[in-house]
Amino acid sequence: MSHWETGIRFASLFGAVCFVIGLHLMNSPASARRGNQVSAFGMVVAVAAVLANVAHGSDGADMNVKRWIVLLAGVGVGSGYGLYTARTVHMTSMPQLVSLFNAVGGGAAALIAIAEYDIYPHPSGGTATATVLDVVIGGITFTGSLLAALKLQGHLSHPVTIPGARLISGVLAALTAAGGGWVIAGADRKLVLLAVILLALVLGVITVLPIGGADMPVVISLLNAFTGTAVAMAGFVLSNATLTIAGALVGASGSILTKLMADAMNRSVLSIIAGGFGVGDGAAVAAAGSGGPVKAIAVDDAALQLAYASKVIIVPGYGLAAAQAQYECRELAEVLESHGVDVSYAIHPVAGRMPGHMNVLLAEANVPYDQLKEMDEVNSEFERTDVALVVGANDVTNPAARRPGNAVSGMPILNVDHAKSIIVIKRSMASGYAGIDNELYTDPKTSMFFADAKKGLAALVAAAKTLVA
Amino acid sequence: MTGSFVGDMTIFVLALLVGFEVISKVPATLHTPLMSGANSIHGVVLVGVVILSSETHGVLGYILLFVAGAFAAANVVGGYVVTDRMLQMFKRRPVVEKADHP
Repeated sequence: MSHWETGIRFASLFGAVCFVIGLHLMNSPASARRGNQVSAFGMVVAVAAVLANVAHGSDGADMNVKRWIVLLAGVGVGSGYGLYTARTVHMTSMPQLVSLFNAVGGGAAALIAIAEYDIYPHPSGGTATATVLDVVIGGITFTGSLLAALKLQGHLSHPVTIPGARLISGVLAALTAAGGGWVIAGADRKLVLLAVILLALVLGVITVLPIGGADMPVVISLLNAFTGTAVAMAGFVLSNATLTIAGALVGASGSILTKLMADAMNRSVLSIIAGGFGVGDGAAVAAAGSGGPVKAIAVDDAALQLAYASKVIIVPGYGLAAAQAQYECRELAEVLESHGVDVSYAIHPVAGRMPGHMNVLLAEANVPYDQLKEMDEVNSEFERTDVALVVGANDVTNPAARRPGNAVSGMPILNVDHAKSIIVIKRSMASGYAGIDNELYTDPKTSMFFADAKKGLAALVAAAKTLVA
Repeated sequence: MTGSFVGDMTIFVLALLVGFEVISKVPATLHTPLMSGANSIHGVVLVGVVILSSETHGVLGYILLFVAGAFAAANVVGGYVVTDRMLQMFKRRPVVEKADHP
C-alpha cells in the first residue's frame, strides 16, 4: 500500500470514528448538538478523502471531465434541495422529512448496486449476495418511505386495504427471493436483476399501504434500520469499510428504536407490518363512553385548581401537536410557575408521530428540556402531584392497561391516576386509537374540561392570569 | 474475493455491536434528533457515489450516477442541517429563575 493509499484509509477511519463519537455525544441534550457537529465533520473528511482519491487516480479511478460534471451536477442539485427543505421544514413535519431522507438514502444505496452490476456483471458470490440484498432492501425502503412520507403529510389519510394483500405480498416476496437467488447463483441477466428491483419497489408500497395512524413511529424506525442496512450492503458491493460501518451504525439505531416503539405500544413488530388495527387516526373512532358518571369542569374552576397546586404535571399527547397547542401549553406552564407552581411534562415514548417527536415540538415552543420527563422517571412522581393535566393523550393514560383482557393490556402507561386530582382537556368522550373507554375519565378524581386543546389551553391561560395578577 | 467478504462481514458485525452499545444509552427526549442524525450518517452513501463516478460509463451509467448523487447529497446535507436546527432548540432552564409577579 502506498503512502497515499494509507493516508486515504486513515482519513476514512477518522470519519467512521467521528460517527461513533458523534452518536455517543447524543447521550445528553447538553452535548447532542456538538455530537451532530462532530459527526458532520467526520462526514466532510470522509467525502473529501474519497474525492481526493478519485482525483488522484488511485484504486483504478479514472475521472474525466464528463464524469466530474455529472457527479457534481447531481450533488449540487441534491445539496440545494436538502439545504432548502432542512431550513424551511416545520417541526411538526419532521417525520415526513426524516422519511424522505430515508427514501433517498435507501434509493442511492440501491442505485449504487445497480450501477456496479451494470459495470461488472459477473460478481463473486459474496458481492452478488450483497448486490441483491442492497437492491431489495434499498428498493423496499425507497417506495415504502416515500409512501410513509405521503401518509404523514396527510395525502393518504384513508388507510388503503387491498383484498388479499397478505397473499399478494407473500407471492411478491417469494418471487423477489427467487429472482435474487437466481442472480446470486450466477444468472448472467440484467433483466433478472431489473425484475428483482421492480418487485422490491412494489413490495415497499404494498407493505406500507395498510399501516396507518399510531403505528407510524414503528414504521419510520423500521425503514430507518432498512436504509442503514442497504447502505452497509453498498459498502460490501464496493468493498468500502466506511459505508459498511456507517450503515451498520444506522441499522443498529433503527432497530433499537423500532423495538422501543413497538414495546411502548405493546405490539409486536410483525403484527404491525401485517397491518392489524393499524387503521385510521383514532379520532375517527366514535364510540361513546359508557363506563360511569363523568364530572365536567368549567374553565375558571380548572384554572383555580391549577394555580393553587404546588406540583402540576402536564401530559401532552398527539392531540396537542395536532392542534398546534405547544405554545399555549408553555404559556400556561409559565403563568403557573410565576405563581410558584412546580410544573413538569410527562412524555410517553409514542407521543407524536415519530420517536421523541413530542420533545422536539415542546423544545421548539421553548420548553426547557429539564422539564421534559420520560415515563420511567416521572411515573413515581404522580403520587406527589396535586394536578395532572392531560392534553390530547388517551390510551397511554388508561389504567385498564394494568389489567389483562382488554385492547391496551400490558401497554406501559403513565400513572396519571395516581395524582391527587386530574384534569383532562378533550373535545368529547370519543375513545382513542385502541377503541376502548378510558377508565381515567370516570375516575372520581378526574374532571373533564371539554374543549379543543388549543382553545382550551388559551382559555386556561387567560383565567389563570387573572388569578395570578 | 471470499477473504475480503469475510473482512467486510467482520467490520459490519462489530460496527453493529458498537451501534447497539452507543445508541441504547440515548434518552427518549433525543430520539427524533437521534434518528435524524443517524439519517445524516447514512448519507455517507455519497462516498459510494463518488467511487462509482470514477468507473461509470454509458447513458444508463450517467443517469444512475446523477440521480444517486442528488439523492445522497440531499440526504447528507439536509440531514445534518435539520438535525442541527432541532438540537439548537433544546435549551436548559435559564439559570436565573424568573421572579414572582409583583
